Amino acid sequence: MLAPATHRLETSPLRWLLPLAVLGLVVLGWDLVVRLNDLPPYILPGPLRVLDTLIADRSVLLGSLMVTLRTTLVALALAAVGGAALALLFASARIVEFSLFPIAIILQVTPLIAIAPLMLIYLSTDAAVLTCAWIVAFFPILSNTTLGLNSVDANLRDLFRLSGASRLQTLRLLQLPTALPYFLGGLRIAGGLALVGAVVGEIAAGSAGQGSGLAFRIVESAYRLNIPRMFAALLLISLAGILIYAGLSLVSWLLLRRWHESALGRGN
Amino acid sequence: MTTLIDPPAPVPAAEPPGAPLLTLAGVGKRFGNQVTALEGLDMEVRRGEFLSLLGPSGCGKSTALRLIAGLAEPTSGHIAFNGERAGKASSTHPSVGFVFQEPTLMPWASVFGNVHLPLKLAGTSRREAEPAIMEALELVGLDGFRDAYPRELSGGMKMRVSIARALVTKPRLLLMDEPFAALDEITRFKLNNDLLDVWRQLNCTIVFVTHSVFESVYLSTRILVFRARPGRVAAELEIDPAQPRDEAFRTSPEYAALCRQTSTALAAAMNAG
Repeated sequence: MLAPATHRLETSPLRWLLPLAVLGLVVLGWDLVVRLNDLPPYILPGPLRVLDTLIADRSVLLGSLMVTLRTTLVALALAAVGGAALALLFASARIVEFSLFPIAIILQVTPLIAIAPLMLIYLSTDAAVLTCAWIVAFFPILSNTTLGLNSVDANLRDLFRLSGASRLQTLRLLQLPTALPYFLGGLRIAGGLALVGAVVGEIAAGSAGQGSGLAFRIVESAYRLNIPRMFAALLLISLAGILIYAGLSLVSWLLLRRWHESALGRGN
Repeated sequence: MTTLIDPPAPVPAAEPPGAPLLTLAGVGKRFGNQVTALEGLDMEVRRGEFLSLLGPSGCGKSTALRLIAGLAEPTSGHIAFNGERAGKASSTHPSVGFVFQEPTLMPWASVFGNVHLPLKLAGTSRREAEPAIMEALELVGLDGFRDAYPRELSGGMKMRVSIARALVTKPRLLLMDEPFAALDEITRFKLNNDLLDVWRQLNCTIVFVTHSVFESVYLSTRILVFRARPGRVAAELEIDPAQPRDEAFRTSPEYAALCRQTSTALAAAMNAG
């Protein structure tokens, strides 16, 4: 019987302590490698050095974090609205889906880093970075929401027809609730991708841009051989990603906790 | 509001129990050019009866039910309600309740919300619909579970919610498509008895699709045995409506004899096809 064992693990403090311990060991190993080999900070700074830099440069770095976060969140919001709206359009007219979906796929499969320089030619730096983040965040929301809108239970659809439901009623009471978990799944993927898009955009803009996001700080620090600051900026990018993921997971849980399998405890 | 809690309209004197509620004449249904689900189906549904459509899988009995519901259009023949030719779905249809093989509940809505659905789609607010919803839930014995979500219910309870949802509009005709096929035998027996109670209390007409000889004999006042390829009625059996349906009946020699007779008719229908 697997269930009781899984249940015990889900609820025990080990669930949290184990990953933390592993993370701690990795950091400790990193520290040991730096100390034992006596590595200079411009080759590999130790974790404490990175932390010191983070605190010393906090005004610059936190300002950059805010810039990157804002770009990411604005792009994510635009992608959520645009992706969901286009998915609704797809669901209401298959001909629109046939016509537009290939373009969305082309946009998705072309590596963003190859598009970014073009964006920078036609758009201002800020707009280009935002567009980069938007492009990558848009597709998972579009494809997931489309999938969700097409996943309506056939019997429920018949029931709505039998009850004389209008198109709007069917959309509001049947299609949208069915699509919600799919949309939220897409949103979580898009959150991470929007950050990637923002970082790629900033790096492509590089020193040419006046942009002051975290990725720009990394490029700038690399030119100055300020390796500890590169690590500090990297740490903040990771934290931003974790924060976005946690935030979106919370939203998802709040919306689905009453009914969707994904949000239910396994123990009962 | 009062219309919702009124008992179903009494049968007018001109239309006594047993008068045809609807008639299918020469009905055929084809899917594409290949599959002929039904051909030349003649049958009638009589007011107040419990009619079972019995047959092997693929004999078109579920298709017949969908045609009656107006969920599909016959490719030939016609369906008439009370002598009036039926037009497009729902508008000219008498009120029909439909119960699917699966409970088909909305997982995001509570039991109350699920049963509310047909009334909500007709524009009746939660508050206005509440008496009718609670009455339907009481009929299936789930009034204590109004705020539960489908995932919290057992298979049998989900099916009860599904039946309550079909009953909430007080339909004159209840169509059921193998509703208990996926349930265990103990739950099925219980639901069989409860369904008979509901049928007697509401005085409605039920068309019940099943592939179980025992279930059809236990429940029905009339059984139509279907044959396959193409689907049509092969035999008709009547069972005395006055016969009490209870555990004594389930173990009686009369029940056994009726089951044998029905099984023979079913076997003959299957060999003919």
